[in-house]
Amino acid sequence: MENNIFELQYAMDTFYFLVCGALVMWMAAGFAMLEAGLVRSKNTTEILTKNVALFAVASTMYMICGYDFMYGGGMFLSGVETVGNLDVAGALAASAENGFDGDSVYSGASDFFFQVVFVATAMSIVSGAVAERMKLWAFLAFAVVMTGLIYPMEGGWTWGGNSVFGLYELSYSDYAGSGIVHLAGAAAALAGVIILGPRKGKYTADGKVRAIPGANLPLATLGTFILWMGWFGFNGGSTLKLGGIAVANEVAYVFLNTNAAAAGGLIAALIVARILFGKADLTMALNGALAGLVAITAEPADPTALQATLIGAAGGALVVFAIITMDKIKIDDPVGAISVHGVVGIWGIFAVLITDADATFSGQLVGMLTIFVWVFVASLITWLVIKAIIGIRVSEDEEMEGVDISECGQEAYPEFTSSSGMSSTS
Amino acid sequence: MKLVTAIIKPFKLDDAREALSEIGVQGMTVTETKGFGRQKGHTELYRGAEYVVDFLPKIKLEVAVMDDKVDDVVSSISKAAGTGKIGDGKIFVSTLDQVVRIRTGETGDEAL
Repeated sequence: MENNIFELQYAMDTFYFLVCGALVMWMAAGFAMLEAGLVRSKNTTEILTKNVALFAVASTMYMICGYDFMYGGGMFLSGVETVGNLDVAGALAASAENGFDGDSVYSGASDFFFQVVFVATAMSIVSGAVAERMKLWAFLAFAVVMTGLIYPMEGGWTWGGNSVFGLYELSYSDYAGSGIVHLAGAAAALAGVIILGPRKGKYTADGKVRAIPGANLPLATLGTFILWMGWFGFNGGSTLKLGGIAVANEVAYVFLNTNAAAAGGLIAALIVARILFGKADLTMALNGALAGLVAITAEPADPTALQATLIGAAGGALVVFAIITMDKIKIDDPVGAISVHGVVGIWGIFAVLITDADATFSGQLVGMLTIFVWVFVASLITWLVIKAIIGIRVSEDEEMEGVDISECGQEAYPEFTSSSGMSSTS
Repeated sequence: MKLVTAIIKPFKLDDAREALSEIGVQGMTVTETKGFGRQKGHTELYRGAEYVVDFLPKIKLEVAVMDDKVDDVVSSISKAAGTGKIGDGKIFVSTLDQVVRIRTGETGDEAL
C-alpha cells in the first residue's frame, strides 16, 4: 500500500513535467504566429517554415548530443531509461527515500522532454530578429549548432552545475531561464543581426527610421496570448516538482506571478507607448506582455503578486525604450526579440536580487556575462562560418520580391492581390 | 457606349449600388483600390518610426452603359457617394470601342 504512494509521486511529478513540456511546446506556435503577424505578407511562408523547422532541428540535435553536453544524459539519450530497461525497483526506492522531501523522482524521458522544449524556445528567439532577409538554410544551419552545442554548453554551466571550461563555477540563480534561455537567444540573435545588416530601406541615408508594418496583427496578438499561456508551463514546470504541499503551493504562486508580470508588462508598455507616440501601439503592448514574462522568469516563485506585477511592469516600460534605441543604433529587429529577450532578460536576471536572499549581485553578474559572452562569441563565429560557406543574406532582388518566393517558392496569401507599388514599405 | 469609372469611399459602395439599381443599371464591377487626391497625407507612428499614410482605401466602381444613360449614372453616383468632405472621389467617363457578352457572343448595345 505504501508503495502505491511512491508510485503515485513518481507518476505525478512525471506527469507534471510532461504537461508543462507540452505547454512550452505550444509556445512554438506562439512564436510562429507572433512573427508571422509582424513581418510583411511576402515573407510569411518563410518565417513559418523557419519556426516549424527550428523546432524539429532543436528536438533532434538536443537528442543527438545537446542533452549529453548539458546534463550528461548520453549521446542519443543513451543514459535515459527506456520503456524496456526501466528500473522500477530503483525508482521506487529513490522515491521512498526522498520523493517528497528532496529532488523529485520522475521518468528520465520526461526530463528530456521538458528540457528539449526550452532549447527550441531559445532558438526561436533568433528567427524573429533575422526575419525578412536571411537565407532559410543558413538559419537552419545555425540552429543545428545553437541547439546542439552553444545552448547546451551554457545550460550545462548553469542548470547542469558544470564548471565553465574547468575555470570557475557559477553561483547564478535563474529559475526558468531569463538568462539561460532568453538572454542566450537574444545574444545569438544580436550576433546574427549585426552580421546580417538591416532590411533594405529600413534606415535612410539621412538617419531616419522607416516603418515596415506587420501584415497580420490578429496573428501577432494570437501568438502573444499563446506564448503567455505556454509560459505557465515554462515557469511552472521549472519548479521541477509538484507532489507535496509546499511545492504545489510554490507552483501555484509561480503561475500567479507569471500572469501578474505579463499583465504588468503589457499595461506599462501600453502606457509608455501612449505617452511617447500619442496612440496605443498594439505591437508595443504585445512586446510589453512578453517583456513582463521574461522579467519574472528568473524568479517567479518568491515575489509577492504585487512585486511580480511591478517587476513585469519595469520590463514592459524598459522594452519600449529598448526597441526605440535598437532602431537608433541601427540594429534592425522586426519583432523586437533582442529587446524583449535580451535587454529585459538582463533585467530579469538582476530582478532576482529583489526577492531572493541567497542570490548575490556578483553571482548574477558573472552568470549573465558568462552566458552572454559565450553565446554571442560562439554565435558570431558560427554565423561568420556559415556566411563564408553559403552566405547568410538573400540578394537584393530576392529581398524585394520576398523570401517566400526565393526560399520557399510559396506565397502565404496567394489569393490576395499584392499591394506592391501602393505602399512605400512593400 | 461609355465606361463610367467612379472612385469612391468604401463605405459608400452600398449607397452607390442601390442608387444605380434604382435607375436600371444591371451590372457593375467593383475593385478595392487605394488612392489620394489633392489632400495631403498624414503621418502615423509604427513602433516609434514615422510613416506617411498617403494612399487611402477606395472602391473603384465601373459601369458600362449606353450613351443616353451616362448623365443619369453620373449624377446618381455623385449624389449617393458624396459626403461633402475631402476624399469623396472622382468619376471618369470614357468611350468604349467594343463590348462583348462572353456567354452569348452578343456585341455592342445588346451586350450592355
